[in-house]
Amino acid sequence: MKNFAYARAENVGSAIQSITQLQNAKFLGGGTNLVDLMRENIEQPDHLVDLTALPLAQVEELSDGGMSIGALVTNSHLAAHPLIRARYPVLSEAILHGASGQIRNMATTGGNLMQRTRCYYFYDTHARCNKRAPGTGCDALEGFNRMHAILGASEACIATHPSDMCVALAALDATVQVTGANGKRAIPLVDFHRLPEDTPQTDTNLQPDELITAVELPALPCARHSRYRKVRDRASYAFALVSVAAALEVKDGTITQARLALGGVAHKPWRAFAAEKILVGAPAGEDTFKAAAAEELKVARGYQHNAFKIELARRTMMSVLTTLAHEGGAR
Amino acid sequence: MHEDGNGTMMMRLHINGTRYDVQLEPRVSLLDALREYIGLSGTKKGCNQGACGACTVLVDGERINSCLALAVQYQGREITTIEGVTAADQLHPLQAAFIEYDGFQCGYCTPGHICSAIGMVEEYKQGMPSAVTENLAATDIEFSEVEIKERMSGNLCRCGAYVGIVEAIREAFEKEVAQ
Repeated sequence: MKNFAYARAENVGSAIQSITQLQNAKFLGGGTNLVDLMRENIEQPDHLVDLTALPLAQVEELSDGGMSIGALVTNSHLAAHPLIRARYPVLSEAILHGASGQIRNMATTGGNLMQRTRCYYFYDTHARCNKRAPGTGCDALEGFNRMHAILGASEACIATHPSDMCVALAALDATVQVTGANGKRAIPLVDFHRLPEDTPQTDTNLQPDELITAVELPALPCARHSRYRKVRDRASYAFALVSVAAALEVKDGTITQARLALGGVAHKPWRAFAAEKILVGAPAGEDTFKAAAAEELKVARGYQHNAFKIELARRTMMSVLTTLAHEGGAR
Repeated sequence: MHEDGNGTMMMRLHINGTRYDVQLEPRVSLLDALREYIGLSGTKKGCNQGACGACTVLVDGERINSCLALAVQYQGREITTIEGVTAADQLHPLQAAFIEYDGFQCGYCTPGHICSAIGMVEEYKQGMPSAVTENLAATDIEFSEVEIKERMSGNLCRCGAYVGIVEAIREAFEKEVAQ
């Protein structure tokens, strides 16, 4: 690992001041991804600005019934929070299906959003990768692309976003609260991460001077009835091949509210808006779920080793929606 | 805490109840600080990328991977390594159970497993759910084999002593978690 200069930020203002004034500086949270990437020489910052002393580690109820999750709340603490478990169980489940106990204790909410892809070719500095070294090409396109994207990919990059937590946040209409040199703004989670297009080196729409301070969840009664399902190559501690976050509200057999998002399939957490349109107002049953999944996957494209993901995504959506409908979405 | 001309910094770490002042580069991981600079080599380096759990230590009672931790970030925290889980001339009940139930063969992953399981049981006692917990709202989660395996999935044993490891953890903590 290349050496760097270390500074601990005392408040949000000084953190932003440091990141704008220092050359080639990066924010440091729990370090679980950044330290690993620095050790592999994929990230080579000259300065790290440690955020962990900032007062951003609270989970708070908002006056409108929503929740605010500080950027430094650890994955473990968020997943275990009683109000999150009761009101947004899909979020607890998603977090608990990611990483390991040790990593969830270190990893922060803001850092989870900023995770970089786990594409093998991104990690292999001898491989061509437009995300790591723009303009060099993409070895995943013709390579071993089992874990790669089936939705929203480009000829420049077929990497996937690795987060489980973000898939639940995408389904829950979360917003990312950020502060920059010119003030604060809120970015809908679904617009926070980017599709690769021809600039896959840019993962998010966060500006270089901006710091994530919190993630906010709106009051969302249908989220009380929500689930996360993750399909992977081993039972625990593996990245998703496909995952599904869903919430469903059913009244008199008709779907009145639906939230659906997919993980492991795209460069960003994939909110299934097309499927939701089919679901809402339709009878809660197999035909509806089938039509919704088919609509969402109409634009899916498989590569040599990951075409199975299209069928897997369809079945996983069907399974989660069927479970939610049976479990008492019909109240 | 200041940086000198050589790119090193004076860091003060609290490990197993003892204070250590060390002059290190900020890029030094907590794992390397423990093993290479402080001489506490009980914590092991396996994958050095957060995949195997051999480097697990406790920080303020919570288990973490010391290989993914920069030492500079852990100043002022209470760090516990395998050398500090119990008094020097005694075995922690979990260490005794690992011997009783053959929870290891080569032993390289054992310090990580022991520290991880101690942290895991604290999480369990606080009512923290896991990915296999059926009812997220439950406060009373069964201390089952399935739960233990899921909660310990961040620790690998390449000898494959998992059966003994799970038995040892269950035996050592079953009474404690039932209270």
